[in-house]
Amino acid sequence: MPSPAPDLASEQLEAFGRELDALRARVVADLGERDVQYINKLIRAQRGLEVAGRGLLFFGLLPPAWIGGTAALSLSKILDNMEIGHNVMHGQYDWTGDERLNGKTFEWDTACPSEQWRHSHNYMHHTHTNIVGKDRDVGYGILRMSEQQAWHPYYLGNPIYAALLATFFQYGVALHDLEVEQIATGEQNPQERHDKLRAVWRKVKGQTLKDYVLFPLLSGPSFPFVLAGNATANLARNLWAFTIIFCGHFPAGTHEFTEEETEHETRGEWYHRQLLGSANLTGGSTFHILAGNLSHQIEHHLFPDLPAHRYAELAVEVREICERHGIPYNTGPLHRQFASVVRKIVKLALPPLPGPRGAAMPVPSAACHGALRDFRGRWMSFCG
Amino acid sequence: MVVSQVSHPDRAGWGRRLLHSRLLDALAYPHGVDRYVELVRPLLLRRDVRAEVTAVRHQTPKSVTLTLRANDNWRGLSAGQFVGVSLQVEGTWHTRPYSPAGSEHAPHGELELTVSTHPEGKVSRYLREHARPGMIVGLTQAQGEFVLPDPRPDRVLLISGGSGITPVMAMLRTLCDEGFAGEIGFLNYARSHQLALYRDALDQLTARRQRVRVLRGFTRGRGQADIGRFSREHARAVISDHASAATFVCGPPALIDSVGVVWGQDGLDEPAIETFTPPALAFDAAGAQGVVRFVHSEREAANSGLPLLEQAEDAGLAPEHGCRMGICNTCATRKRAGTVRNIFTGATSSAGEEQIRICVSVPVGDVALDL
Repeated sequence: MPSPAPDLASEQLEAFGRELDALRARVVADLGERDVQYINKLIRAQRGLEVAGRGLLFFGLLPPAWIGGTAALSLSKILDNMEIGHNVMHGQYDWTGDERLNGKTFEWDTACPSEQWRHSHNYMHHTHTNIVGKDRDVGYGILRMSEQQAWHPYYLGNPIYAALLATFFQYGVALHDLEVEQIATGEQNPQERHDKLRAVWRKVKGQTLKDYVLFPLLSGPSFPFVLAGNATANLARNLWAFTIIFCGHFPAGTHEFTEEETEHETRGEWYHRQLLGSANLTGGSTFHILAGNLSHQIEHHLFPDLPAHRYAELAVEVREICERHGIPYNTGPLHRQFASVVRKIVKLALPPLPGPRGAAMPVPSAACHGALRDFRGRWMSFCG
Repeated sequence: MVVSQVSHPDRAGWGRRLLHSRLLDALAYPHGVDRYVELVRPLLLRRDVRAEVTAVRHQTPKSVTLTLRANDNWRGLSAGQFVGVSLQVEGTWHTRPYSPAGSEHAPHGELELTVSTHPEGKVSRYLREHARPGMIVGLTQAQGEFVLPDPRPDRVLLISGGSGITPVMAMLRTLCDEGFAGEIGFLNYARSHQLALYRDALDQLTARRQRVRVLRGFTRGRGQADIGRFSREHARAVISDHASAATFVCGPPALIDSVGVVWGQDGLDEPAIETFTPPALAFDAAGAQGVVRFVHSEREAANSGLPLLEQAEDAGLAPEHGCRMGICNTCATRKRAGTVRNIFTGATSSAGEEQIRICVSVPVGDVALDL
């Protein structure tokens, strides 16, 4: 059984919440020129890397040009996806009034339509963070990432599904809002599903045309090199994003929650859950930028709509607040945090062992029925 | 409404065709070509109008006059129209309407704006202190119905107060450039001689043309033509028959009202009017007062004091929403006008156009939303 989440007296929780509210207010009052210059500089760098990368790949016949071009394009996609796209779409720069940085209209260089991302991520994931059964980021509908998800023989393939998800992560993310595991069981509104599918198809078409047809064709004799370079850049972004994202809520020490215990949450309790469900990564400033500051997952989940480049300085105060209130603050280097995630994926692939004193297996819960339903659905569509 | 289409040669024809091509669209997917081009050539855009400041001068201690050169997307204007000018001040973008003061027949794309500084005006003060040649601003296309009729009337009376001089200056310069043969009367009211705009320009125009008569009134302090506020005598002093003149008035409400009174007494139709003051909204912080207007749905409801998301739902609308606690940004909606208060932070917003999270915003007085 997972260790229970540390309990705090409700008064202390509300005091904790108020301190975080005050911290947030101070940052909001300070937003200005500095933040705008930062994001504009970053966007300029990303667009420059993209143009340079694609330009170099035109000479991809020469190995240095191919390596340089692919590296530049990979960096461009990583920046666009994480430090720019994900953060802008959270509305972190809405206050500037710059239409190009509007969280509701920004579109990013990856297969997932931004509208569906805003729904599945900004709303569903951030509101119901780590609540098993409500936060579909817990497992993405195909993995077992929590002991509260009841085991089933299907999950023996956990590591394989994770590796596949990592490789094709941009398509996994694109399909995330479709909730495909529910299609087979007929739980969805068919019209809504149809509209979402069309939007996904439109986005995937635009991306595929750009990366795998037009640019390669334009390059003439360099066709295979441009194609390979673009595919590699997409793969690099997929693997990197998967790694950083999975370190956000799954390293050892993070907690999941049930629907019952999070009903009627107060603001202090909401902050508490966000904190306990998240984990940080240590590193230098370049690492943080490349990680889209998701290395500050805790600060991001406390303040998703504050410009992410501020999380590093915020973290100092957040840590101090946590220490005073006796709340654990989960952080560690990338290799250690990711290793614990891999261990979790492998461990949860196997059926839970009976406890040392022959404790009973977890009682089948709603989550378990859900898993059986999932499997039945998949099995049915596989057979059908 | 007449928008003068000044024809200009299609420079860089093939370049422009390339810029608009579907191939480039597909290659620049999903950000769009503009987002790349603007990083190297900020004026070279497909659709948006942008302008570069080419000259800055200060006619008076409380104003700044900018000469702008607009990009190829600019479609020209009729004298008296206004444009929305967007610029970044301390990280945020602001848009203000200004009436260009130059002639319609100036070189295409060349605009002259004169901005009077307000003690609390963020944009006007910023422009006064920081405007420099090379600065880029966003522009809307020319808008407004305050224009000279076509064909031109026999006599034109232009009355202005303060910074309201700009659209009528445009009209005056246009008529002079056209070799207008009729009478032009130009009445302007400024607070003092020192703050009077376009002194030199007006002197030059009257020196060149006999049929332009200018009279300036100074409402405070002493000056040469210290004639105080508007009256029928002033109108008669600049034009022979004000009853038959096409009259254009632009200035503060007091001036417009004074003209309206005299015109009413003389049994004349209302003159064409342009006002620069923003719409008056009632700001009442105590108690739930005011009206919430849902502009797109054309609905209105009395402010119930609840968050705007709930008020919209009560009015029968179904706006997008998510967490309903101000975090996920799904409910972000454009507020056209009015002030709101955030129920968590207690912070009060500005009174202008901006995006707000309606699930945590309570109206303070009248509010207009894009819903």
